[in-house]
Amino acid sequence: MTATAPRAAVTLTPHPLRCAACDQPHDAAPTHVCPSCLGPLEPRYDPRRFLPDRAEISARPRSLWRYREWLPFTGRPARCLTAGWTPLVDAPRLASALGVARCVVKHDAGSFPSLSFKDRVVATALNAAHAFGLPVVGCASTGNLANALAAAAAREGLDAWIFIPHDLEPAKVAATTVFGPRLVRVRGTYDDVNRLCAQVADRFGWGIVNVNLRPYYGEGSKTMAFEIAEQLGWRLPDTVVAPMAGGSLVTKLAKGFGEFLDAGLVHGVPPRLFGAQAAGCAPIVRLVHRGDDTLVPERPATIAKSLAIGNPADGRYAARAIRSSGGWAAAVDDPAIVEGIRLLAETCGIFGETAAGVTVAAARQLAKDGHLTPDDEVVLCITGHGLKTVDVVAGDVRIPDPIAPRLSEVSALVSANGA
Amino acid sequence: MRINLPSVLTPLAGGHHTLDATGDTVGQAIDDIARRFPALSPRLRDSHGAPYPFVTIYLNDEDIRFLGGFETPVRPSDELSVVPAVAGG
Repeated sequence: MTATAPRAAVTLTPHPLRCAACDQPHDAAPTHVCPSCLGPLEPRYDPRRFLPDRAEISARPRSLWRYREWLPFTGRPARCLTAGWTPLVDAPRLASALGVARCVVKHDAGSFPSLSFKDRVVATALNAAHAFGLPVVGCASTGNLANALAAAAAREGLDAWIFIPHDLEPAKVAATTVFGPRLVRVRGTYDDVNRLCAQVADRFGWGIVNVNLRPYYGEGSKTMAFEIAEQLGWRLPDTVVAPMAGGSLVTKLAKGFGEFLDAGLVHGVPPRLFGAQAAGCAPIVRLVHRGDDTLVPERPATIAKSLAIGNPADGRYAARAIRSSGGWAAAVDDPAIVEGIRLLAETCGIFGETAAGVTVAAARQLAKDGHLTPDDEVVLCITGHGLKTVDVVAGDVRIPDPIAPRLSEVSALVSANGA
Repeated sequence: MRINLPSVLTPLAGGHHTLDATGDTVGQAIDDIARRFPALSPRLRDSHGAPYPFVTIYLNDEDIRFLGGFETPVRPSDELSVVPAVAGG
Protein backbone atom coordinates (compact mmCIF):
# COMPACT_ATOMS: atom_id res chain seq x y z
CA MET A 1 0.00 0.00 0.00
CA THR A 2 1.45 3.36 -1.01
CA ALA A 3 0.14 6.60 0.47
CA THR A 4 0.23 9.43 -2.04
CA ALA A 5 -1.25 12.91 -2.25
CA PRO A 6 -2.07 15.22 -5.15
CA ARG A 7 1.05 16.83 -6.63
CA ALA A 8 -0.52 19.81 -8.31
CA ALA A 9 1.40 22.42 -6.31
CA VAL A 10 4.81 20.77 -6.69
CA THR A 11 7.42 22.94 -8.43
CA LEU A 12 10.34 20.86 -7.26
CA THR A 13 11.75 17.97 -9.30
CA PRO A 14 14.06 15.44 -7.64
CA HIS A 15 17.12 14.39 -9.61
CA PRO A 16 17.25 10.89 -11.11
CA LEU A 17 19.35 8.27 -9.36
CA ARG A 18 22.27 5.95 -10.05
CA CYS A 19 23.64 2.98 -8.17
CA ALA A 20 26.87 3.74 -6.32
CA ALA A 21 27.89 0.09 -6.65
CA CYS A 22 27.02 -0.91 -10.25
CA ASP A 23 26.46 2.56 -11.78
CA GLN A 24 23.08 1.62 -13.27
CA PRO A 25 20.82 4.67 -13.75
CA HIS A 26 17.33 4.83 -12.26
CA ASP A 27 14.45 7.28 -12.43
CA ALA A 28 13.80 9.63 -9.53
CA ALA A 29 11.74 7.72 -6.96
CA PRO A 30 11.31 7.26 -3.21
CA THR A 31 13.62 4.26 -3.18
CA HIS A 32 17.12 3.67 -1.90
CA VAL A 33 18.17 0.28 -3.22
CA CYS A 34 19.28 -0.64 -6.73
CA PRO A 35 16.85 -3.20 -8.13
CA SER A 36 19.70 -4.89 -9.97
CA CYS A 37 22.40 -5.31 -7.31
CA LEU A 38 20.76 -3.90 -4.13
CA GLY A 39 23.55 -1.35 -3.79
CA PRO A 40 22.90 2.19 -2.53
CA LEU A 41 21.27 4.68 -4.88
CA GLU A 42 22.49 8.26 -5.06
CA PRO A 43 21.32 11.31 -7.04
CA ARG A 44 22.72 12.05 -10.48
CA TYR A 45 23.70 15.63 -11.29
CA ASP A 46 23.88 17.08 -14.78
CA PRO A 47 27.55 18.03 -15.23
CA ARG A 48 26.45 20.76 -17.68
CA ARG A 49 24.12 22.47 -15.19
CA PHE A 50 24.65 26.11 -14.26
CA LEU A 51 26.90 26.58 -11.24
CA PRO A 52 27.12 29.89 -9.37
CA ASP A 53 30.42 31.58 -8.51
CA ARG A 54 31.57 32.72 -5.06
CA ALA A 55 30.00 36.16 -5.40
CA GLU A 56 26.59 34.81 -6.32
CA ILE A 57 26.58 32.25 -3.52
CA SER A 58 27.73 34.87 -1.00
CA ALA A 59 24.84 37.15 -1.94
CA ARG A 60 22.20 34.48 -1.29
CA PRO A 61 20.22 34.00 1.96
CA ARG A 62 22.15 32.32 4.75
CA SER A 63 20.75 28.81 4.64
CA LEU A 64 21.89 25.53 3.16
CA TRP A 65 19.84 26.33 0.04
CA ARG A 66 22.50 28.85 -1.01
CA TYR A 67 24.23 25.71 -2.39
CA ARG A 68 21.09 24.46 -4.15
CA GLU A 69 22.89 23.57 -7.39
CA TRP A 70 24.71 20.84 -5.43
CA LEU A 71 21.49 19.55 -3.85
CA PRO A 72 19.38 16.90 -5.62
CA PHE A 73 16.52 18.99 -6.98
CA THR A 74 15.58 21.24 -9.83
CA GLY A 75 13.26 24.08 -8.91
CA ARG A 76 12.41 25.92 -5.73
CA PRO A 77 12.60 24.16 -2.35
CA ALA A 78 9.26 24.19 -0.57
CA ARG A 79 10.16 23.16 2.98
CA CYS A 80 12.77 23.78 5.68
CA LEU A 81 13.98 26.96 4.00
CA THR A 82 15.96 28.21 7.00
CA ALA A 83 18.07 25.14 7.81
CA GLY A 84 21.85 25.34 7.75
CA TRP A 85 24.43 28.13 7.92
CA THR A 86 25.63 27.40 11.44
CA PRO A 87 28.59 29.29 12.94
CA LEU A 88 32.23 28.36 12.40
CA VAL A 89 33.84 29.28 15.69
CA ASP A 90 37.54 29.96 16.22
CA ALA A 91 38.80 27.91 19.17
CA PRO A 92 42.32 29.05 20.12
CA ARG A 93 42.24 27.65 23.65
CA LEU A 94 41.16 24.24 22.38
CA ALA A 95 43.94 24.41 19.75
CA SER A 96 46.44 24.92 22.57
CA ALA A 97 45.01 22.00 24.50
CA LEU A 98 45.23 19.76 21.42
CA GLY A 99 48.67 21.02 20.39
CA VAL A 100 47.66 22.05 16.87
CA ALA A 101 48.20 25.30 14.96
CA ARG A 102 44.54 26.27 14.74
CA CYS A 103 41.24 24.75 15.72
CA VAL A 104 37.77 25.82 14.56
CA VAL A 105 34.45 24.35 15.59
CA LYS A 106 31.64 23.80 13.09
CA HIS A 107 28.85 24.52 15.54
CA ASP A 108 25.89 22.43 14.41
CA ALA A 109 24.92 22.14 18.07
CA GLY A 110 23.39 25.53 17.34
CA SER A 111 21.45 24.36 14.29
CA PHE A 112 17.90 25.62 13.76
CA PRO A 113 15.39 24.28 14.67
CA SER A 114 16.50 21.20 16.62
CA LEU A 115 20.11 21.80 17.72
CA SER A 116 21.80 19.11 15.63
CA PHE A 117 23.15 18.60 12.12
CA LYS A 118 20.16 16.37 11.36
CA ASP A 119 18.25 19.54 10.45
CA ARG A 120 20.31 19.51 7.23
CA VAL A 121 19.32 16.02 6.09
CA VAL A 122 15.70 16.49 7.15
CA ALA A 123 15.59 19.63 4.97
CA THR A 124 16.51 17.72 1.82
CA ALA A 125 14.46 14.63 2.73
CA LEU A 126 11.25 16.57 3.39
CA ASN A 127 11.59 18.39 0.09
CA ALA A 128 11.89 14.98 -1.59
CA ALA A 129 8.76 13.83 0.28
CA HIS A 130 7.00 16.95 -0.97
CA ALA A 131 8.08 16.37 -4.56
CA PHE A 132 7.02 12.70 -4.46
CA GLY A 133 3.68 13.58 -2.87
CA LEU A 134 4.24 11.58 0.32
CA PRO A 135 2.02 12.89 3.16
CA VAL A 136 3.42 10.51 5.79
CA VAL A 137 7.07 10.64 6.81
CA GLY A 138 9.12 8.75 9.35
CA CYS A 139 12.57 7.75 10.53
CA ALA A 140 14.66 5.35 12.54
CA SER A 141 16.60 7.46 14.99
CA THR A 142 19.12 7.48 17.80
CA GLY A 143 17.60 10.78 18.95
CA ASN A 144 18.83 13.75 16.96
CA LEU A 145 17.03 12.76 13.78
CA ALA A 146 13.87 12.17 15.82
CA ASN A 147 14.11 15.73 17.16
CA ALA A 148 14.79 17.20 13.73
CA LEU A 149 12.08 15.32 11.88
CA ALA A 150 9.46 15.88 14.58
CA ALA A 151 10.16 19.62 14.57
CA ALA A 152 10.10 19.97 10.79
CA ALA A 153 7.01 17.78 10.39
CA ALA A 154 5.15 19.86 12.97
CA ARG A 155 6.04 23.03 11.13
CA GLU A 156 4.94 21.58 7.78
CA GLY A 157 1.82 19.88 9.15
CA LEU A 158 2.97 16.39 8.21
CA ASP A 159 2.04 13.10 9.81
CA ALA A 160 5.32 11.75 11.23
CA TRP A 161 6.04 8.24 12.54
CA ILE A 162 9.24 8.23 14.54
CA PHE A 163 10.86 4.99 15.66
CA ILE A 164 13.49 5.00 18.42
CA PRO A 165 15.23 2.48 20.67
CA HIS A 166 13.47 2.17 24.03
CA ASP A 167 16.48 3.37 26.06
CA LEU A 168 17.14 6.81 24.51
CA GLU A 169 18.05 9.72 26.75
CA PRO A 170 14.91 11.28 28.34
CA ALA A 171 15.78 14.74 26.97
CA LYS A 172 15.84 13.43 23.41
CA VAL A 173 12.52 11.67 23.90
CA ALA A 174 10.94 14.82 25.38
CA ALA A 175 12.40 16.98 22.62
CA THR A 176 10.61 14.72 20.14
CA THR A 177 7.24 14.21 21.82
CA VAL A 178 6.78 17.94 22.38
CA PHE A 179 6.19 18.32 18.63
CA GLY A 180 3.37 15.77 18.66
CA PRO A 181 4.55 13.04 16.28
CA ARG A 182 3.56 9.38 16.51
CA LEU A 183 6.50 8.15 18.57
CA VAL A 184 7.17 4.40 18.58
CA ARG A 185 9.62 3.08 21.20
CA VAL A 186 11.05 -0.25 20.13
CA ARG A 187 12.50 -2.81 22.54
CA GLY A 188 15.94 -3.23 21.03
CA THR A 189 18.95 -1.38 19.68
CA TYR A 190 19.06 1.20 16.92
CA ASP A 191 19.96 -1.60 14.51
CA ASP A 192 16.73 -3.40 15.45
CA VAL A 193 14.80 -0.15 14.88
CA ASN A 194 16.54 0.38 11.56
CA ARG A 195 15.67 -3.09 10.30
CA LEU A 196 12.05 -2.55 11.34
CA CYS A 197 11.91 0.77 9.48
CA ALA A 198 13.30 -0.84 6.32
CA GLN A 199 10.35 -3.25 6.52
CA VAL A 200 7.91 -0.43 7.36
CA ALA A 201 9.01 1.58 4.31
CA ASP A 202 8.61 -1.50 2.14
CA ARG A 203 5.14 -2.31 3.52
CA PHE A 204 3.49 1.09 3.91
CA GLY A 205 5.22 3.23 1.29
CA TRP A 206 5.76 6.12 3.68
CA GLY A 207 8.64 8.52 3.25
CA ILE A 208 11.06 7.08 5.79
CA VAL A 209 13.72 9.74 5.51
CA ASN A 210 16.75 7.54 6.19
CA VAL A 211 15.41 4.51 4.34
CA ASN A 212 13.56 5.06 1.07
CA LEU A 213 14.30 8.82 0.92
CA ARG A 214 17.93 8.17 1.81
CA PRO A 215 19.44 9.19 -1.57
CA TYR A 216 17.99 12.70 -1.10
CA TYR A 217 18.38 12.82 2.69
CA GLY A 218 22.10 12.08 2.67
CA GLU A 219 22.95 14.91 0.29
CA GLY A 220 21.98 17.44 2.95
CA SER A 221 25.12 16.53 4.89
CA LYS A 222 27.34 17.89 2.10
CA THR A 223 26.29 21.39 3.05
CA MET A 224 28.40 21.16 6.19
CA ALA A 225 31.48 20.86 3.96
CA PHE A 226 30.30 23.72 1.73
CA GLU A 227 29.80 26.00 4.72
CA ILE A 228 33.18 25.12 6.22
CA ALA A 229 34.91 26.05 2.97
CA GLU A 230 32.99 29.29 2.50
CA GLN A 231 33.30 30.36 6.14
CA LEU A 232 37.06 29.77 6.04
CA GLY A 233 37.18 32.36 3.23
CA TRP A 234 36.70 29.99 0.29
CA ARG A 235 39.49 27.60 1.16
CA LEU A 236 39.94 24.10 2.55
CA PRO A 237 41.24 23.20 6.01
CA ASP A 238 44.10 20.75 6.54
CA THR A 239 42.00 18.31 8.52
CA VAL A 240 38.42 17.63 9.62
CA VAL A 241 37.39 15.45 12.57
CA ALA A 242 33.81 14.17 12.52
CA PRO A 243 31.77 11.73 14.59
CA MET A 244 30.59 8.54 12.93
CA ALA A 245 27.35 6.65 13.49
CA GLY A 246 26.07 5.30 10.18
CA GLY A 247 29.16 6.72 8.46
CA SER A 248 27.26 9.00 6.10
CA LEU A 249 28.55 12.35 7.39
CA VAL A 250 32.23 11.58 6.74
CA THR A 251 31.37 10.21 3.31
CA LYS A 252 29.35 13.30 2.41
CA LEU A 253 32.00 15.69 3.76
CA ALA A 254 34.48 14.10 1.35
CA LYS A 255 31.97 14.42 -1.48
CA GLY A 256 31.19 18.05 -0.63
CA PHE A 257 34.81 19.18 -0.50
CA GLY A 258 35.43 17.34 -3.77
CA GLU A 259 32.50 19.03 -5.47
CA PHE A 260 33.71 22.50 -4.47
CA LEU A 261 37.18 21.64 -5.80
CA ASP A 262 35.67 20.41 -9.06
CA ALA A 263 33.66 23.63 -9.36
CA GLY A 264 36.79 25.76 -8.89
CA LEU A 265 35.31 27.46 -5.82
CA VAL A 266 38.26 26.31 -3.71
CA HIS A 267 41.74 25.14 -4.61
CA GLY A 268 44.41 22.92 -3.14
CA VAL A 269 44.36 19.53 -1.48
CA PRO A 270 41.22 17.95 0.03
CA PRO A 271 41.39 17.83 3.82
CA ARG A 272 42.53 14.71 5.65
CA LEU A 273 39.39 13.23 7.20
CA PHE A 274 39.34 11.71 10.66
CA GLY A 275 36.47 9.64 12.03
CA ALA A 276 35.54 9.39 15.70
CA GLN A 277 33.52 6.71 17.50
CA ALA A 278 32.97 5.50 21.03
CA ALA A 279 35.05 2.46 21.95
CA GLY A 280 31.81 0.72 22.93
CA CYS A 281 30.59 0.91 19.34
CA ALA A 282 33.39 1.42 16.86
CA PRO A 283 32.87 -0.84 13.84
CA ILE A 284 34.04 1.83 11.36
CA VAL A 285 37.14 2.76 13.37
CA ARG A 286 38.11 -0.88 13.58
CA LEU A 287 37.49 -1.28 9.82
CA VAL A 288 39.84 1.66 9.13
CA HIS A 289 42.46 0.19 11.44
CA ARG A 290 42.19 -3.30 9.91
CA GLY A 291 42.47 -1.96 6.38
CA ASP A 292 40.12 -4.50 4.82
CA ASP A 293 36.66 -3.93 3.31
CA THR A 294 34.44 -6.17 5.45
CA LEU A 295 32.52 -4.43 8.19
CA VAL A 296 32.05 -6.52 11.31
CA PRO A 297 28.86 -5.48 13.16
CA GLU A 298 28.97 -4.82 16.90
CA ARG A 299 26.52 -4.68 19.80
CA PRO A 300 26.70 -1.10 21.11
CA ALA A 301 27.62 -0.45 24.75
CA THR A 302 28.34 3.26 25.22
CA ILE A 303 26.93 6.46 26.68
CA ALA A 304 27.20 7.98 23.18
CA LYS A 305 23.77 6.75 22.12
CA SER A 306 23.58 9.07 19.11
CA LEU A 307 26.54 7.15 17.65
CA ALA A 308 25.40 3.70 18.78
CA ILE A 309 24.94 2.06 15.39
CA GLY A 310 26.53 -1.37 15.39
CA ASN A 311 25.76 -2.12 11.74
CA PRO A 312 26.46 1.18 9.94
CA ALA A 313 25.07 1.30 6.40
CA ASP A 314 27.83 3.58 5.12
CA GLY A 315 30.62 2.02 7.16
CA ARG A 316 32.57 0.72 4.19
CA TYR A 317 32.19 3.97 2.27
CA ALA A 318 33.25 6.03 5.30
CA ALA A 319 36.34 3.89 5.82
CA ARG A 320 37.29 4.26 2.15
CA ALA A 321 36.80 8.05 2.30
CA ILE A 322 38.98 8.31 5.40
CA ARG A 323 41.76 6.14 3.99
CA SER A 324 41.81 7.80 0.57
CA SER A 325 42.03 11.25 2.19
CA GLY A 326 45.14 10.27 4.16
CA GLY A 327 43.26 10.45 7.44
CA TRP A 328 42.70 8.00 10.26
CA ALA A 329 40.14 7.08 12.93
CA ALA A 330 40.03 6.85 16.71
CA ALA A 331 37.76 5.30 19.33
CA VAL A 332 37.50 6.69 22.87
CA ASP A 333 36.04 5.22 26.04
CA ASP A 334 33.13 6.65 28.03
CA PRO A 335 35.19 8.56 30.65
CA ALA A 336 37.16 10.19 27.81
CA ILE A 337 33.84 11.19 26.18
CA VAL A 338 32.78 13.07 29.31
CA GLU A 339 36.23 14.70 29.49
CA GLY A 340 35.81 15.71 25.85
CA ILE A 341 32.47 17.37 26.55
CA ARG A 342 34.04 19.32 29.40
CA LEU A 343 37.15 20.30 27.42
CA LEU A 344 34.97 21.70 24.64
CA ALA A 345 32.82 23.58 27.15
CA GLU A 346 35.70 24.97 29.21
CA THR A 347 37.82 26.10 26.26
CA CYS A 348 35.18 27.16 23.72
CA GLY A 349 32.02 27.96 25.66
CA ILE A 350 30.18 25.34 23.61
CA PHE A 351 28.09 22.62 25.23
CA GLY A 352 28.04 19.56 23.00
CA GLU A 353 26.29 16.24 23.41
CA THR A 354 28.05 12.90 23.78
CA ALA A 355 28.93 12.78 20.08
CA ALA A 356 30.78 16.07 20.58
CA GLY A 357 32.64 14.52 23.49
CA VAL A 358 33.61 11.64 21.22
CA THR A 359 34.86 14.06 18.55
CA VAL A 360 36.93 16.19 20.92
CA ALA A 361 38.36 13.19 22.78
CA ALA A 362 39.21 11.49 19.48
CA ALA A 363 40.94 14.66 18.27
CA ARG A 364 43.01 14.68 21.45
CA GLN A 365 43.94 11.02 20.92
CA LEU A 366 44.77 11.62 17.25
CA ALA A 367 47.00 14.57 18.17
CA LYS A 368 48.72 12.58 20.88
CA ASP A 369 49.41 9.79 18.39
CA GLY A 370 50.80 12.21 15.80
CA HIS A 371 47.98 11.91 13.26
CA LEU A 372 47.13 15.58 13.85
CA THR A 373 50.34 17.60 13.77
CA PRO A 374 51.39 20.93 15.38
CA ASP A 375 51.13 22.54 11.91
CA ASP A 376 47.56 21.43 11.27
CA GLU A 377 44.45 23.55 11.06
CA VAL A 378 41.74 21.29 12.49
CA VAL A 379 37.99 21.59 12.01
CA LEU A 380 35.89 19.76 14.61
CA CYS A 381 32.33 18.91 13.56
CA ILE A 382 30.18 19.37 16.66
CA THR A 383 26.89 17.86 15.63
CA GLY A 384 24.50 18.08 18.60
CA HIS A 385 23.75 20.16 21.70
CA GLY A 386 24.73 19.13 25.22
CA LEU A 387 21.29 19.78 26.69
CA LYS A 388 20.17 16.62 24.87
CA THR A 389 22.51 14.43 26.95
CA VAL A 390 22.89 16.47 30.11
CA ASP A 391 22.66 13.39 32.33
CA VAL A 392 26.14 12.18 31.37
CA VAL A 393 27.79 15.30 32.79
CA ALA A 394 25.38 15.92 35.66
CA GLY A 395 27.27 13.51 37.87
CA ASP A 396 30.63 14.89 36.79
CA VAL A 397 30.15 18.54 37.65
CA ARG A 398 30.20 19.92 41.19
CA ILE A 399 27.01 21.70 42.20
CA PRO A 400 27.84 24.11 45.05
CA ASP A 401 25.93 24.24 48.31
CA PRO A 402 23.51 27.19 48.56
CA ILE A 403 24.34 30.25 50.60
CA ALA A 404 22.16 32.77 52.44
CA PRO A 405 21.51 36.01 50.52
CA ARG A 406 24.12 37.90 52.54
CA LEU A 407 27.16 39.81 51.25
CA SER A 408 29.23 38.36 54.08
CA GLU A 409 28.73 34.87 52.69
CA VAL A 410 29.93 35.96 49.24
CA SER A 411 32.94 37.61 50.87
CA ALA A 412 33.72 34.34 52.59
CA LEU A 413 33.56 32.52 49.27
CA VAL A 414 35.83 35.09 47.62
CA SER A 415 38.35 34.74 50.43
CA ALA A 416 38.21 30.95 50.24
CA ASN A 417 38.92 31.15 46.49
CA GLY A 418 41.91 33.42 47.06
CA ALA A 419 40.41 36.17 44.92
CA MET B 1 10.08 -22.43 7.76
CA ARG B 2 9.02 -19.10 6.33
CA ILE B 3 11.38 -16.67 4.53
CA ASN B 4 10.29 -13.03 4.11
CA LEU B 5 11.63 -11.12 1.11
CA PRO B 6 11.73 -7.36 0.47
CA SER B 7 9.75 -5.98 -2.47
CA VAL B 8 12.95 -5.37 -4.44
CA LEU B 9 13.59 -9.15 -4.55
CA THR B 10 10.06 -10.35 -5.26
CA PRO B 11 10.47 -10.15 -9.07
CA LEU B 12 13.25 -12.72 -8.68
CA ALA B 13 10.99 -14.99 -6.59
CA GLY B 14 7.98 -15.34 -8.84
CA GLY B 15 6.34 -12.30 -7.27
CA HIS B 16 6.23 -13.87 -3.79
CA HIS B 17 6.88 -11.81 -0.65
CA THR B 18 7.14 -14.96 1.45
CA LEU B 19 8.46 -18.40 0.62
CA ASP B 20 8.39 -21.67 2.51
CA ALA B 21 11.75 -23.39 2.84
CA THR B 22 13.22 -26.49 4.40
CA GLY B 23 16.62 -27.15 5.93
CA ASP B 24 18.40 -27.67 9.23
CA THR B 25 20.47 -24.47 9.00
CA VAL B 26 20.04 -20.93 7.71
CA GLY B 27 22.31 -21.78 4.80
CA GLN B 28 20.30 -24.87 3.85
CA ALA B 29 17.04 -22.91 3.91
CA ILE B 30 18.60 -20.19 1.75
CA ASP B 31 19.94 -22.82 -0.66
CA ASP B 32 16.48 -24.38 -0.86
CA ILE B 33 14.84 -21.19 -2.18
CA ALA B 34 17.89 -20.43 -4.35
CA ARG B 35 17.43 -23.81 -6.09
CA ARG B 36 13.77 -23.10 -6.78
CA PHE B 37 14.38 -19.48 -7.83
CA PRO B 38 17.89 -19.39 -9.33
CA ALA B 39 17.72 -15.66 -10.07
CA LEU B 40 17.54 -15.05 -6.31
CA SER B 41 20.74 -16.94 -5.61
CA PRO B 42 23.31 -14.20 -6.36
CA ARG B 43 21.37 -11.77 -4.14
CA LEU B 44 21.61 -14.11 -1.15
CA ARG B 45 25.13 -15.55 -1.50
CA ASP B 46 28.16 -13.95 -3.14
CA SER B 47 30.45 -15.79 -5.58
CA HIS B 48 32.35 -17.32 -2.64
CA GLY B 49 29.21 -18.62 -0.96
CA ALA B 50 29.30 -15.96 1.76
CA PRO B 51 26.25 -13.78 2.57
CA TYR B 52 25.65 -11.19 -0.16
CA PRO B 53 26.97 -7.88 1.25
CA PHE B 54 23.94 -5.75 0.31
CA VAL B 55 21.45 -7.81 2.29
CA THR B 56 21.20 -8.63 5.97
CA ILE B 57 19.53 -11.89 7.00
CA TYR B 58 17.67 -12.12 10.30
CA LEU B 59 16.65 -15.31 12.09
CA ASN B 60 13.48 -14.21 13.83
CA ASP B 61 14.72 -10.80 15.10
CA GLU B 62 18.46 -11.52 15.24
CA ASP B 63 21.11 -10.69 12.64
CA ILE B 64 22.62 -14.07 11.71
CA ARG B 65 26.12 -12.54 11.94
CA PHE B 66 25.63 -12.48 15.72
CA LEU B 67 24.62 -16.14 15.62
CA GLY B 68 26.43 -18.71 13.53
CA GLY B 69 25.92 -17.16 10.12
CA PHE B 70 24.77 -19.66 7.52
CA GLU B 71 25.63 -22.50 9.93
CA THR B 72 23.03 -21.36 12.47
CA PRO B 73 20.55 -24.20 13.22
CA VAL B 74 16.89 -23.49 12.47
CA ARG B 75 13.54 -25.08 13.36
CA PRO B 76 10.43 -25.29 11.19
CA SER B 77 8.71 -22.68 13.38
CA ASP B 78 11.49 -20.11 12.79
CA GLU B 79 11.22 -17.19 10.41
CA LEU B 80 13.99 -15.75 8.23
CA SER B 81 13.82 -12.18 6.92
CA VAL B 82 16.00 -10.82 4.14
CA VAL B 83 16.36 -7.03 4.40
CA PRO B 84 18.36 -4.64 2.17
CA ALA B 85 21.49 -3.68 4.10
CA VAL B 86 21.63 -0.07 2.95
CA ALA B 87 19.40 1.85 5.35
CA GLY B 88 19.61 4.20 8.29
CA GLY B 89 22.22 6.54 9.66
